[in-house]
Amino acid sequence: MTAPTPISLTVNGERIEAQVLPRLNLADFLREHLGLTGTHIGCEHGYCGACTIRVNGDIVRACLMLAVQMEAASVETIEGLSDSGEIADLQAAFKDRNALQCGYCTPGMLIAAQDLLLQNATPSREDIREHLSGNYCRCTGYHAIVDAVEATARGRAGLQP
Amino acid sequence: MKASAFSYTRVSNVVAALELLAVHGTAAKILSGGQSLMPTMNLRLTSPALIIDIGAISELHGISVASGLLRIGALTRHVDLLKSPDIAMQAPLLSEAVAHIAHPSIRNKGTIGGNLAHADPAAELPACTLVLDAMIVVRSLNGERRIRAVDFFTGSYASALAPQELLTSIEIPVASTHSIHFFEEHARRKGGHAMAGLAASASLAGDTFAKLHLGFFGIGEMPLLAKAADHLTGKPVTAQMLADAQAALNAEINPPDDQQASAAMRRYLARQLLGRCVATMLGRPDLEARKSA
Repeated sequence: MTAPTPISLTVNGERIEAQVLPRLNLADFLREHLGLTGTHIGCEHGYCGACTIRVNGDIVRACLMLAVQMEAASVETIEGLSDSGEIADLQAAFKDRNALQCGYCTPGMLIAAQDLLLQNATPSREDIREHLSGNYCRCTGYHAIVDAVEATARGRAGLQP
Repeated sequence: MKASAFSYTRVSNVVAALELLAVHGTAAKILSGGQSLMPTMNLRLTSPALIIDIGAISELHGISVASGLLRIGALTRHVDLLKSPDIAMQAPLLSEAVAHIAHPSIRNKGTIGGNLAHADPAAELPACTLVLDAMIVVRSLNGERRIRAVDFFTGSYASALAPQELLTSIEIPVASTHSIHFFEEHARRKGGHAMAGLAASASLAGDTFAKLHLGFFGIGEMPLLAKAADHLTGKPVTAQMLADAQAALNAEINPPDDQQASAAMRRYLARQLLGRCVATMLGRPDLEARKSA
């Protein structure tokens, strides 16, 4: 049906019931319907990574998913990860290391970096670059971002950052 | 940009999908992982009237091994292939190739069935299916067809899959303990579109290729099982044989000229990949000439 379709999901732990048009992508749903504007939209075709979020625990491109596909899904955005304190150390490291300038890529970058740290507690700099390869940053030149992720990993392992 | 309006329906079994395809044909598109379909819709390169979401069809998931065949369900995601011990054991070329497909957030959604049905000439998995002599299994209401990978890809983003058919699985003969493989590609960034790439599988008899399959991608309208391999089998490879193979390869490819790379650059990369592949597989660094053939 091209008509609005009901969906029921959780977003950052909160139950959401909504009516969505099939063509509405998940990034627009989060931004326009729920006001969660931390999910940024850059390219809208999967290249830039600014819209990276977590769905059922996996990081995905919100611009390449439809809101209507989210029936019964658990969605986590940068607002959720930030408010829960899950990535507080990573955010502090980004600030300390000047790992952001304009900030447009930062929500997606943080979520992708946290995904790496959950899978690999002691990533090499090459591992970090590899895992963040799908997230464009046009300000920093990436070096400071890799520094911040590396420092966070060391901090979580109880080592000097 | 945003996708244009469409109708959406989620199906829970293969027959329901096939019934819809039989009615709607080319007006419908199958949504699997959506990692190729959604970009083309957002760019308005395609505007289907109906999206059939097959994501919830459990019978299309999973990897199994039985009687010498590795069977991969169409909805198996790239991340599943990457982490599968069965794939690492029975088709290690695939494990290596999948790591080059886009990025983690895309590998978490993209599926092997969607990847093959999309038939992107720069994609990794189509070339792998050629090299591994895979069978692509498709179904319509009229029954099942098994299509050899070499017959499946028919052009740029074109395949033998009919509008009423659904790609349901891929079957690959398990790798023999003697087989070796090689995978490498050149892209502007890791995970980006390949300017040229090579997936290869071989078996050795002593220091000689008994069998050699070379699957090139990104160098033409569709993935290519290169006949140039015939120059390299049956006797110990010499620098002259490799040069002949590179010349033969040059003659059988017709690479595109685009913003990623010129045709001449793709030809150069393809020849170099061939040299590196042969040198690596044979453990003969002397064969890898860095200069243009």
